Amino acid sequence: MEQVPLSHILILSSTLFFLGVYGFFSRRNLITMLMSVELILNSVNINFIAFNKFLYPHQLEGVFFTMFIITVAAAEVSISIAIIINLYRRFKTIDIEDTTTMKF
Amino acid sequence: MILYDLSSVLIVTLPVLSFIFLALLGNRLKPKVAGLIGTASLATTAILALIVAAGYFFDFGKVDGTYVRHIAMQFQWLKFTDNLAIDLGVVLDPISVMMLLVITIVSTMVHVYSLGYMKGEQYFDRYYAYLSLFSFSMLGLVIAVNIFQMYIFWELVGVSSFLLIGFFFTKPSAIAAAKKAFIVTRFADLGFLIGILMLSYGAKTLDFFVMIERLTLAGSPYLASFTATSFLGMSTLSWALLLVFMGGAGKSAMFPLHIWLPDAMEGPTPVSALIHAATMVVAGVFLVARLFPIFAISAPDALLIVGYIGAFTAMFAALIACTQTDIKRVLAYSTISQIAFMMFALGVSGWGEGQNEGFTASMFHLFTHAFFKALLFLGAGAVIHAIHSNEMKDMGGLRKMLPITHFTFLIACLAIAGVPPFAGFFSKEAILSAAFHSQPGIFYVGLITSGLTAFYMFRLYFRIFWHNPVPKDSHNHEKHTWSMNIPLIILGLGAAFAGFIPFGSFVSADGKPVDLPFHPLFSIAPVAIGLLGILIAYILFGQKNDIANKISSALGGAYKAAYNKFYIDEIYLFVTKKILFNLVGRPAAWFDRNVVNGILINGSVTVTEATSEAIKPIQSGRLQSYTMFFLGGVLLIAALLIIKFM
Repeated sequence: MEQVPLSHILILSSTLFFLGVYGFFSRRNLITMLMSVELILNSVNINFIAFNKFLYPHQLEGVFFTMFIITVAAAEVSISIAIIINLYRRFKTIDIEDTTTMKF
Repeated sequence: MILYDLSSVLIVTLPVLSFIFLALLGNRLKPKVAGLIGTASLATTAILALIVAAGYFFDFGKVDGTYVRHIAMQFQWLKFTDNLAIDLGVVLDPISVMMLLVITIVSTMVHVYSLGYMKGEQYFDRYYAYLSLFSFSMLGLVIAVNIFQMYIFWELVGVSSFLLIGFFFTKPSAIAAAKKAFIVTRFADLGFLIGILMLSYGAKTLDFFVMIERLTLAGSPYLASFTATSFLGMSTLSWALLLVFMGGAGKSAMFPLHIWLPDAMEGPTPVSALIHAATMVVAGVFLVARLFPIFAISAPDALLIVGYIGAFTAMFAALIACTQTDIKRVLAYSTISQIAFMMFALGVSGWGEGQNEGFTASMFHLFTHAFFKALLFLGAGAVIHAIHSNEMKDMGGLRKMLPITHFTFLIACLAIAGVPPFAGFFSKEAILSAAFHSQPGIFYVGLITSGLTAFYMFRLYFRIFWHNPVPKDSHNHEKHTWSMNIPLIILGLGAAFAGFIPFGSFVSADGKPVDLPFHPLFSIAPVAIGLLGILIAYILFGQKNDIANKISSALGGAYKAAYNKFYIDEIYLFVTKKILFNLVGRPAAWFDRNVVNGILINGSVTVTEATSEAIKPIQSGRLQSYTMFFLGGVLLIAALLIIKFM
């Protein structure tokens, strides 16, 4: 059976990664930034799965790592949302440009 | 045997246990309970000390007619190298057992006495905690097996003395006196420490007995290398011993380090009796006695200097004592003079059969002095308690009001004046006879000083108990303070009868019994000069008259100099304030303020501040700029890795 080659998958994951990075830097909305972070994480997941499949097809470490990352990401999202809600209550906005008082 | 070993260890540990208990829980107890706990612990140690002393002197101490030392306990405490290891332990030998007896008995008497004397004082429990600490330190000092253990306890007695002198810490004069005592003795201990280092370097050990063996045996390589070099005509060993003696002179208030002792009378009177009369101030004598074989065999020149300093101090302090008007200060100078007697008795002693009477005489005087001087201080305390003043002019005619105090005080005065058959007569006789046989010059100084002693003691006695009518605002406590009267009576018995103990058969430099010579003909001169002193004191102070004033104004400058303690304090102040402060203190302060504080501290502050101001803007609070830095870092590392693995 003809397989999708590894390079295609890696191109997909790098595209996702840089989309995420771009989104993280260019967006001002905290929710959108959070979504960009999820994109980055998912691109990593794809890499794990792909390398697992192509390099060590009889092992499952990559898959398990992906499971862990998804779990951690879920936890991270819940905490981030909590932080964002608190920020909103404090500043009445979730624009990252307006919440710059956390320094020195 | 194991029983005696255990008792001797308990003697040291009981006071420290009661100190810890009273220090931690004292303020939760009723004052009286705290006092009774301290007293009970000390009374127990006194009983144990009696048992140990009886066991040592009559049971296990004597081997073939010689008292040998017995190590009751010893363990290694700190080991630095094979040569340099510090042990802690308990040694029993004639002088340490004798000191155990003296310390525990006098300390118990003082504990009992303080129950009455300090009643109602604030911090009563703390007072007893300090007393326990002191007793522990002093007992640890005398049973020390090595010179470093002694040094540790030596400093501990210094601290407890500091705490007790400054016990009335709301009085500025008490605080000043406590500081003075601490600083002067610390200064002397600097010499002691250097001496310890030199001695232990020379003997390659800290242990007293190994050290004595190595530094006294003829032909020992340690001794040979130690005495090979000399400085200013004395061998290195003599200098080391003199430095050790400097520590002893500080604690024992020898000239010129005596200035702290009279001021130390600011402490409570029972403390003066215990620390500044009977026990701590004889630590210097004990130290010289402990190292006596080295002094006598290998460094007779150093021992002679000890003797001369002792003789000079004896005379000097006795002259000052004749002019003081504060009764506790008279007693303080008298203490200095009597300790100097012990010191010069050691100084005139030699080693070997027929020459070491001075050693035994010195220890004998230490023993009897502890009783009569503690008694004098406790008696003075009873007088002060009744009159509420230390000054002689407020006193007089108290013999009817305070009969017990009067009677015991009289016994103590007779004892210190050397009137037979009281305790001081025997010991002073032995000292003077030892001096007469080896250093006649010191003997004459001692003879005149013992006349002066009789004079100033009876001046004190007549001024307190005869002379003027009873002051009006005095309170008679004597009838209902038995806790104060009982110690007076017990110590009075000691002062009266301690002289009959055949001391020479128990304590001597080499353990063999010494026959203290007693020649009725020889004692005529000291007793006569003592009685003459008493007679003069009676003529001058027995009744109210002007003769004393006339004599003192006729003496003019000499009297004034003695009254002002020969201006020694002023000389010290001049040296410290004018010379040391101006030449050393002020430049050091300037250096500290400008160089250390100005350049080093403020300079580093300025640099840190400027740097932090410069890099502060990086932390902008903008999340995305932080991630930019983060990304930059990641890319940089990635680039480096790529270059490396390409």
